[in-house]
Amino acid sequence: MSVIIFADQHQGKITKSSLEAVSYGAALAAQQGTTATALVVGPLQGDGGLGAVGAQKVLHVQDVNTSDSQQLTRVILAAVASTNASVVIFSHDITGKMVAPRVAARLDAGLVPGATALPDANNVVKKNVFSGKAIADIQLLTDKKVITVTPNSYGIKTTGGSATVEAFQADAGKAGIVVKEMKSEAKDGEIPLPEADLVVSAGRGMKGPEHWGQIEDLAKILGAATACSRPVSDIGWRPHHEHVGQTGITIRPNLYIAVGISGAIQHLAGVNGSKTIVVINKDPEAPFFKAADYGIVGDAFEVLPKIIEAAKAHMANK
Amino acid sequence: MKILVCISKAPDTTSKIAFTDSNTKFDENGVTFIVNPYDEWYALVRALEIKEALGGTVTTLSVGGADYEPVIRKALAIGADDAARVDAPEGDSLFIAKQIAAYAKDKGFDMILCGKETINYNGSVVPGMVAELLDLPYIALATKLDVTGQVATLEREVPGGHEVVEVQMPFVLSAAKGMAEQRIPNMRGIMAARTKPLEVVPAVAAGNSAQVVAYSLPPAKSGCKYIDAENAGDLIRLLSEEAKAI
Ligand SMILES: Cc1cc2nc3c(=O)[nH]c(=O)nc-3n(C[C@H](O)[C@H](O)[C@H](O)COP(=O)(O)OP(=O)(O)OC[C@H]3O[C@@H](n4cnc5c(N)ncnc54)[C@H](O)[C@@H]3O)c2cc1C
Ligand SMILES: Nc1ncnc2c1ncn2[C@@H]1O[C@H](COP(=O)(O)O)[C@@H](O)[C@H]1O
Repeated sequence: MSVIIFADQHQGKITKSSLEAVSYGAALAAQQGTTATALVVGPLQGDGGLGAVGAQKVLHVQDVNTSDSQQLTRVILAAVASTNASVVIFSHDITGKMVAPRVAARLDAGLVPGATALPDANNVVKKNVFSGKAIADIQLLTDKKVITVTPNSYGIKTTGGSATVEAFQADAGKAGIVVKEMKSEAKDGEIPLPEADLVVSAGRGMKGPEHWGQIEDLAKILGAATACSRPVSDIGWRPHHEHVGQTGITIRPNLYIAVGISGAIQHLAGVNGSKTIVVINKDPEAPFFKAADYGIVGDAFEVLPKIIEAAKAHMANK
Repeated sequence: MKILVCISKAPDTTSKIAFTDSNTKFDENGVTFIVNPYDEWYALVRALEIKEALGGTVTTLSVGGADYEPVIRKALAIGADDAARVDAPEGDSLFIAKQIAAYAKDKGFDMILCGKETINYNGSVVPGMVAELLDLPYIALATKLDVTGQVATLEREVPGGHEVVEVQMPFVLSAAKGMAEQRIPNMRGIMAARTKPLEVVPAVAAGNSAQVVAYSLPPAKSGCKYIDAENAGDLIRLLSEEAKAI
């Protein structure tokens, strides 16, 4: 019996959400008196920083196409067998959503997608449902268990340990897909939205794409990612990958600043898990204020320059 | 082209979320159910577009009780040719996936289209499980689908952009935003839907792998603290000192 965590990487670096998943898996292993093994595919520097967040062992696979859900699944299943793992952990990110269900189906294991806390003694795991409007306590009933961890929910817990790295080989089998091209949309150095701790977001209240400079400035100063409401991406003011909400992506950053967004329920569905919500809107009746921690009733074009100036000063003194 | 679209039902997005039976069941009182938006807007509509361009059939499949019928009729009104319902209480994701896989197994579908997630459970799980149970390639969070002969070209979300992949039929995908635009059913479609075939099939035996033991509502916000627009810069101080967010 042990815990295995799939640690994904992006451009040679273990992703933040995977570090969180490893922290989660390590805590779970400690709870059960067993060991935590992380599985990494592709280039790896040292232990990839995985020991420091609780992994005791790293299984390193050189070369598998992580875009191919079947090949990646076969490798993960081989690692599960070789470590005799009873719990398999992923981040609830793009790769986790792609492979965790396959792994669970093959192991005939119950799966909690998007856990926000560790299982209790009865294997009950918390997860957000109804687009963040409720929480479900889900009990896993099978011997083998699969859990995907919601990004930005459990956090990274540094233990200061180090992990032994072992090369691992497994037959990935036949490829199911052929990757033709990667279309990059994020500008260099831009923070991927699902992973961002801080997000500055804006809606139709900004009047037009030419006014997004202030949103980008504020984001840049704070080290935040940018997001937008659905109509804004539909009209083409902003790229589609910035669209948050029920039909876009769901995020739960530490800080979500919403400028000129009314706060329709479908928008809230994608952001109401955020820890602190700031709403800037000229309409005091905007529904978003009901979900806000801090509110400023005012014209964005007058308010933003003041905030940007204060943010600059704050970051300079930090 | 033989296409299967998996359709689930979901409470209308404006529904009040409440629970009964000592917080173990979703309170359906006064709730209107809709076709899960990802299944309808993206998976179903793209399936219909492909059928219209290349010929073939679009079948919808739902796992659930008789209360699924209005939602299935809506999918038929939008343009699906026929529908099947696996008659079962909606179980956990693995249970649902086993039902879908058992239904689809020997029917020769060229592709199985699902939504990216159900908006009530937010799982993103069922389609990947179906793919594994049927040993098929799976493209998760697909935003584009084009078909030439027996090969499909898809785009899927990856960190920092999109990836273009090619896959041989048959395969499973989960559809995300971008794949198609919502279609409003017209009167003719609604009339036609009434007489389109809806087959009810019995469930296959499958255990429970997970169950909801309790629901709760997130803690209410303590209320909004307002900052005067004249002193908007104060926000930064509060975010740093009080909220410890920056
Ligand atoms: C099934 C369904 C799914 C949907 N999914 C999503 C989704 O995923 N994400 C999403 O965002 N929406 C979604 N929507 C749309 C949603 O209902 C709202 O229409 C949308 O969120 C509104 O966007 P907005 O707030 O940018 O624009 P508006 O509703 O037009 O609001 C603009 C706001 O800006 C304020 N404002 C105007 N000028 C200024 C100014 N100078 N300074 C400050 N404030 C100003 C106004 O007071 C107003 O509150 C969905 C709708 C449906 C039916
Ligand atoms: N009861 C069901 N019947 C048919 N299809 C379903 C059912 N539940 C989920 N699905 C499909 O699987 C997708 C993902 O669901 P989920 O894993 O629950 O988020 C949905 O968008 C549907 O296409």
